[in-house]
Amino acid sequence: MPEIEEGIFFLTGKDFTNAGAASSSLKAVLERIGIPKDIIRRTAIAAFEAEMNTIIYAVAGMLKYRITDSEIVVTIQDMGPGIPDIDLALTEGYSTAPDYIRAMGFGSGMGLPNIKKNSDRLTVNSIVGEGTTVEFMIKLKDEAQ
Amino acid sequence: MTLQDIITSLSLEVVTPELDLKREVTGGYVSDLLSDVIGNSYEGNVWITLQIHLNIVAVAALKGLSGIILVNNRRPDAETLKKASAENIPVMTSTLPTFELVGRLYALGLRCR
Repeated sequence: MPEIEEGIFFLTGKDFTNAGAASSSLKAVLERIGIPKDIIRRTAIAAFEAEMNTIIYAVAGMLKYRITDSEIVVTIQDMGPGIPDIDLALTEGYSTAPDYIRAMGFGSGMGLPNIKKNSDRLTVNSIVGEGTTVEFMIKLKDEAQ
Repeated sequence: MTLQDIITSLSLEVVTPELDLKREVTGGYVSDLLSDVIGNSYEGNVWITLQIHLNIVAVAALKGLSGIILVNNRRPDAETLKKASAENIPVMTSTLPTFELVGRLYALGLRCR
């Protein structure tokens, strides 16, 4: 495995046709460099949820990843409405999604909780009216093992 | 149990006929909320839903699901079929409502795991 592998994908708001393409490409990168299957699964789930949040709520955004020997860090930065209360947004079941988004099966208030569950560290920074940055980290080496 | 066994037993219509249906089905999951499926389904599960838009294929591919069964004779749109073929995710339809369909899958031996 190379020491550092990094890349970036651009996301377009409301582009449901290509929704999931960035996390799917990231998954392919992880498979190519031989990351363990369970870690690929967790990374792909967290990346997909963050990607969907950008598609649903923001005008545009980007997904960046950085893979080192010890961890995978994925940063999703969007130009969106921002989150006024991050703790509330992290509560399972809380959602501000409009009805047409909910009708598609999104907006169940499980996105950020799913990211938290599947990662080893999650940070959410947001400025209302400007955008949100979600960053999660997944360890490649567990000290406990 | 393979997907083909389920298709035959429950007279499902396969709307992605070009895909291999001999894949093993490990269990089943029912939900119309995509994040619920992402969070709680298992690899190899068959997914029962009434959602027909193309993002269901992305979810199934992400989780490595064995296929998607649409209930109440719902038909996927053209984009969903195109993506399903590209991602190698078989899509089937059933005339049964969800409750009836899942009852029969359970009777065939499928569980949520």
